[in-house]
Amino acid sequence: MDATPASHPILSCKAMTCEMDSVSGPLQILQDINFSLDTRRALGIVGESGAGKSMLIKAIMGIAPRGLRTKGRIELDGQDLSALKPKQRAKLIGRKVGIVFQNPMSSLNPFVQIGRQIEEAGCIHLGMSKAEARSRAIELLSFVGLPDPEDCYNYYPHQFSGGMKQRIMIAAALICQPDLLIADEATTALDVTVQKEVLDLLQTIQAQRQMSMILVSHNLGVVAGRTDEILVLYGGNVVEYGPTSEVFRNPRHRYTEALLSAMPAMDQPAHTRLRTIPGQPPNLANRPAGCPFAPRCPSAQAKCHEVMPAMSAGVHPSHRFACHFPLAEIAHVQ
Amino acid sequence: MSSDIALNDEIILEVRNLSVSFSRGGKEMKAVDDVSFSVAAGETLGLVGESGSGKTTIGRAILRLLPDANTKSEGAVRYKKTYLNTLSSTDMRHMRDRLQMIFQDPLSSFNPRRNVEDIVAEGLVIQGKPASERKSRVEAALSAVGFDLATVAGRKPHQFSGGQCQRIAIARSLAVEPELIVCDEPVASLDVSVQAQVINLLQDIRENRNLALIFISHDLAVVKNVSDRVAVLYMGRIVEIGTGPQIYERPAHPYTRTLLEAVPVVDATRKIEPDGKRTVMPSRNRPQGGCAFRSRCPRATQICAETVPAVTPAPRGQMVACHHPHDEPAPGMAVRTQR
Ligand SMILES: Nc1ncnc2c1ncn2[C@@H]1O[C@H](COP(=O)(O)OP(=O)(O)OP(=O)(O)O)[C@@H](O)[C@H]1O
Ligand SMILES: Nc1ncnc2c1ncn2[C@@H]1O[C@H](COP(=O)(O)OP(=O)(O)O)[C@@H](O)[C@H]1O
Ligand code: SF4
Ligand code: SF4
Ligand SMILES: [Mg+2]
Ligand SMILES: [Mg+2]
Repeated sequence: MDATPASHPILSCKAMTCEMDSVSGPLQILQDINFSLDTRRALGIVGESGAGKSMLIKAIMGIAPRGLRTKGRIELDGQDLSALKPKQRAKLIGRKVGIVFQNPMSSLNPFVQIGRQIEEAGCIHLGMSKAEARSRAIELLSFVGLPDPEDCYNYYPHQFSGGMKQRIMIAAALICQPDLLIADEATTALDVTVQKEVLDLLQTIQAQRQMSMILVSHNLGVVAGRTDEILVLYGGNVVEYGPTSEVFRNPRHRYTEALLSAMPAMDQPAHTRLRTIPGQPPNLANRPAGCPFAPRCPSAQAKCHEVMPAMSAGVHPSHRFACHFPLAEIAHVQ
Repeated sequence: MSSDIALNDEIILEVRNLSVSFSRGGKEMKAVDDVSFSVAAGETLGLVGESGSGKTTIGRAILRLLPDANTKSEGAVRYKKTYLNTLSSTDMRHMRDRLQMIFQDPLSSFNPRRNVEDIVAEGLVIQGKPASERKSRVEAALSAVGFDLATVAGRKPHQFSGGQCQRIAIARSLAVEPELIVCDEPVASLDVSVQAQVINLLQDIRENRNLALIFISHDLAVVKNVSDRVAVLYMGRIVEIGTGPQIYERPAHPYTRTLLEAVPVVDATRKIEPDGKRTVMPSRNRPQGGCAFRSRCPRATQICAETVPAVTPAPRGQMVACHHPHDEPAPGMAVRTQR
């Protein structure tokens, strides 16, 4: 878990903001996002549906829906993406970043042999020869754990189960030997046992290939124990950001804490009443002036409704949260 | 106490030797294979297992909601004194006053053009209840799920969020005042905070009305919270059934342990070490002999390949279908504090 001295940021976002027009006026989809991910580290991005997790990834990758206005600075491996021409940017992202989405069926073409689909990015971005791409694809199919990779190369997507299709997507994401692998809800549609296998695979690959990884999930359990840092999104804002173990051990933001207590726990007896979070996430067309969580927060005071809390650090300097009245710091037990 | 029997004497539902086969493209696939369990009044039975293990099929078989065309069912389903599987379809319709089912995706079970109050009244119309009684029952059902009839009247399903739609679906089941509801993944598509509301709601209703629930879910933490007893399904068979504590603290079947180990828990102190396990799902169309779990089982021996394990009582009282059941506490379950 210690940062290796040689590490430097593979990805960083500074003051990133995304806006989009809608019938009810401009939507503030993401507000003032700041984070930085070092090489060989894993970041978890969590938040409930609509929090902005996928939009954040899409905006970074330059695949956001038409009409999304992105401001701020995004740096990939030290290069400012906004300074690049669209073609150069796509090429850089294509080579440096591999991505796996939730639904493999919508990412895989049902009429094309999976081997060819895996090769595609390699041929486009690295200019690999046909033979070279083919042997890489077969190597990767075996690497992600598909039996008989040479046969699998010729199969079509429908011949695989959900978990296997997700492995194929991972293979496709690895063809350009990316420095950063992003998995957006990549295991959400899978059974727990298969989910565990795919998460284990991602983690193994990350370590073996010395990559950085971003795991996006609405399920806090998925990122726990598998990431170094986590970023908690609420209504388009980062509300808490820090070392994963710190944030789970001692959540400081009231929303993070509420989310954790709403989850049924394996060590609670049957029929334990769960804590709920009354109300709804903020309306992005008409955000409250102060803390976005204020209308639902049991600890909100007048200030919370008026002033947007800034990110500040606790005793652990890299554990940051945006709350006027945070939860108490728990002393470290040695 | 052996735990295939319900926790108290007042058994309202008894499923005996239920098997369901589907024919697909000339092949026959046994989706549910010789399943037996019972449910008492006011009790919640959790049904867990992987996708395709037969959970939904069992629920639909109980309520006779399976397609007739390619389905073959065997066994007996008794609700109190009535054998449901031999009822005429008219008599079965009347039984739906007492037995209801709710689904994972409530929106797809709603007619999008109908008002909420008409959706909730659907079961009452089928029962032929007079309009005045319908109105008061709809109002009561909506209020049980936290809605006020006056404020939601006239609104269409698409004007509600996923969690609200699930509450409307629950209200629709409650309106007919059932004694048992089969809930098929009722919170799977909901966010954590909304999931907590719906779970609490189901628990309140269960308590206030002495309602029995069959709660189908692949989320073992949710099932632990809501269930009195839990049945674990693997490829159409019950491999283990027992009380919550038996299943979660001393799981006897290796598959139950595999499931429990895979649950993604929030544990600040645990760093997960990936293991390289690869699941190879055996074919359903050409079942292998012996124990269906053996290709994935770390404890498998020769006898597992030869003989299908019968369901027998395990040392801790639950029923288990395994030649080499575990008897030690589940690793980490006692020490694993979630937060
Ligand atoms: N109408 C049908 N015709 C043919 N096969 C079916 C039919 N309904 C279900 N099956 C098959 O029966 C098996 C059990 O299905 P079932 O829906 O009961 O699984 P489940 O445990 O509820 O899974 P999930 O967690 O994915 O909902 C699966 O292999 C499924 O493909
Ligand atoms: N194509 C789109 N057009 C307009 N709004 C969108 C679009 N996609 C997403 N949004 C909105 O952006 C917000 C964040 O969405 P998203 O990033 O998909 O959330 P998450 O992945 O966290 O569930 C939501 O309010 C969503 O409704
Ligand atoms: S700033 Fe105020 S409203 Fe927001 S989370 Fe903290 S206490 Fe609650
Ligand atoms: S019967 Fe044998 S193969 Fe089957 S679960 Fe038990 S030990 Fe494993
Ligand atoms: Mg998303
Ligand atoms: Mg199902």
